[in-house]
Amino acid sequence: MDPKEIKLDEIINRHKNDNGPLIPILQGAQEVYGYLPAHVIKHISKATRIPVARIYGVVTFYAQFRLTPVGRNLINICLGTACHVRGGAKIVETIEKELKIKDGATTEDGRFTLEVVACIGACGLAPVISINNEVHGRLLPEKIAGILAKYE
Amino acid sequence: MAENQRILVCAGTGCASSGALPIIDILNEELKRQGLEKTVSVVGTGCQGFCEKGPTLVIEPQQILYTRVTAEDVAEIIEQELVKGERVERLLLVDQATQKPVSLMSDIKFFAKQHRIVLQNCGVIDPKKIEEYAARDGYKGIEKALKGMSPEEVMEEVKKSGLRGRGGAGFPTGVKWGFCRSTPSDKKYIICNADEGDPGAFMDRSVLEGDPHSVIEGMLIGAYAIGADEGYVYCRAEYPLAIKNLGIAIKQAEEAGYLGDNILGSGFNFHLKVFEGAGAFVCGEETALMASIEGKRGMPRVRPPFPAVSGLWGKPTNINNVETWSNIPHILRNGAEWYGQFGTEKSKGTKIFALTGKVNNTGLVEVPMGTTLREIIFDIGDGIQGGKKFKAVQIGGPSGGCLPEDMLDLAVDYDTLTQAGAMVGSGGLVIMDETTCMVDIARYFLNFSKKESCGKCTPCREGTTRMYEILDRITKGEGKEEDLDTLENLAMTIKETSLCGLGQFAPSPILATLKYFRHEYEAHIRDHKCPAHNCSALLSFTIDTEKCKSCSLCAKNCPTNCITGDKKTNTPYVINEENCIKCGTCMDKCKFGAVSRS
Repeated sequence: MDPKEIKLDEIINRHKNDNGPLIPILQGAQEVYGYLPAHVIKHISKATRIPVARIYGVVTFYAQFRLTPVGRNLINICLGTACHVRGGAKIVETIEKELKIKDGATTEDGRFTLEVVACIGACGLAPVISINNEVHGRLLPEKIAGILAKYE
Repeated sequence: MAENQRILVCAGTGCASSGALPIIDILNEELKRQGLEKTVSVVGTGCQGFCEKGPTLVIEPQQILYTRVTAEDVAEIIEQELVKGERVERLLLVDQATQKPVSLMSDIKFFAKQHRIVLQNCGVIDPKKIEEYAARDGYKGIEKALKGMSPEEVMEEVKKSGLRGRGGAGFPTGVKWGFCRSTPSDKKYIICNADEGDPGAFMDRSVLEGDPHSVIEGMLIGAYAIGADEGYVYCRAEYPLAIKNLGIAIKQAEEAGYLGDNILGSGFNFHLKVFEGAGAFVCGEETALMASIEGKRGMPRVRPPFPAVSGLWGKPTNINNVETWSNIPHILRNGAEWYGQFGTEKSKGTKIFALTGKVNNTGLVEVPMGTTLREIIFDIGDGIQGGKKFKAVQIGGPSGGCLPEDMLDLAVDYDTLTQAGAMVGSGGLVIMDETTCMVDIARYFLNFSKKESCGKCTPCREGTTRMYEILDRITKGEGKEEDLDTLENLAMTIKETSLCGLGQFAPSPILATLKYFRHEYEAHIRDHKCPAHNCSALLSFTIDTEKCKSCSLCAKNCPTNCITGDKKTNTPYVINEENCIKCGTCMDKCKFGAVSRS
């Protein structure tokens, strides 16, 4: 059996009998697979007896869940108010031009996925981005190329 | 050398991303090398609040603050400060007014003017150690309640303190508890709302990271008063450190007998779980939050029935936010009268604000209710960055409003701010200077509300989109004269007809900016000009070929490589408008003033 599937079943069994198990199961599944492929959703549906339609409704409601694979490096560009005021939009434009992709997309070589988020709570360092949860603060457009180069 | 020396290193999210974590290890190594590891201890604390100057560290007991510390500075700090007792001057904070370095925390305006109740442990204790919380009177509040007070007495004490909900609306906490307490049921829940979604606010995150036990204790006291035996903390997934520290704290509290069955032998049971949110701003609304815990799409529903009657899984439920819960232990420990001495007549206690934007000292600030905006921005915040002119302060996130300079002497409390067209909200204060365009700010917030609208009710779903489209047009110079009336009309309709707070308050940023900064809208529409030189569609950058010395500095720094010329042949540089993102880097970099903006 596929080791990922074993892990998935463990997660399902851990939460199955909780009240409201769906979101923790989906979060766990996404951690294992990196995203939520259709076969995983079907599997969860079977095991929990929650209809696929309802699971799909939940998956598409929350920003955290993704239905497509993510690139090797995930860039979250913060556009919270503090970052916006301190020039966050220029950071977005610079990164979009540099990588030639828009918000939500992944580069062709699968190196980067780009996501604009509302606030990562590091407002004191605005404008900030985080790459794979590593926060880079007090950014200037001209610093971007150097930072991106560090991620393969 | 002083006794009981401790080095407190801020390890909150802000300082950690500025590089604080390696500093802790290096400090420990260096102390060992110098044979000081027995007399000096290093503590990784929660947020000390001074994110702008991070990584920060405090030397105790002298209370000396070092800012922007790097790994290379560690040896010098130990040598100078701990061995010789002298300051490392280049790492001290420089006061903007006097331009002199200040070392003692009590002399630093950022700290001196604050009054920390909720934040009193943040940045002082190691949040991962229950002993440190206990040593600072931790869990004394719940002990007092369980050993000598009836649930009614606890509730009365909270009512008497005048504490109002810190999540935004400012509803009296004790009264809210009373509703849930008086609903008969075999099962009741309490919830801590830690879905701090307002962009620009991070006080809840900092409290959970830096002092998680205070939230647990507050919830214990609440559960005892209300008669609940199960609780949830609903925390955003974007706050991994908060979730981690809270998880550790819950485990320690269980082991110490503060959580579980028969707490402290009193027969009172309480179990606490963390629920990780999955990213939806609307889940800050209480009925949406409960739907989310139940594993559904987080959409609000019509109230009544209120959660106090029918909440989580149909049972009576009481929801308060992190800061509210964290106030409770202090009220129980010191009494309602003590608490009532802080704040104004109708808004008691203190409030934490996240001070951000174009201000010198960004960070977390806790002040008594009734402090003026001017004191917060110009004393604690030390004024506007780069000597620029103050334009507005945005309060209360996407549901709040922007206030201009002549409102700076307003006292910050629930009622005064609501009257002025803003709200305390969760307490984000974003400072804007003359280069911030107010139409763009309104557009920014509407874009946020539009994206986060859950789509259940039409006024919010369609209305926020239409308002955004109009604002977007105005910022591109394509606004029409009648747009302002349309905006006002739409805003009033959406305010009155939306289902939940997200929709009802989504028009606030527009209404407030129209009220105080109408001239900026008019300049965009009539003159096709952005007075703040911010809206890129109305801007263009050109290089004066006469002044250009062909030094290539602009081209080297241009993030989109849209400036061409030749240094060798002395060909002046030109900007290719097509690729220009109007970031202004070339203008900042040019030493000859050859780049101009129009």
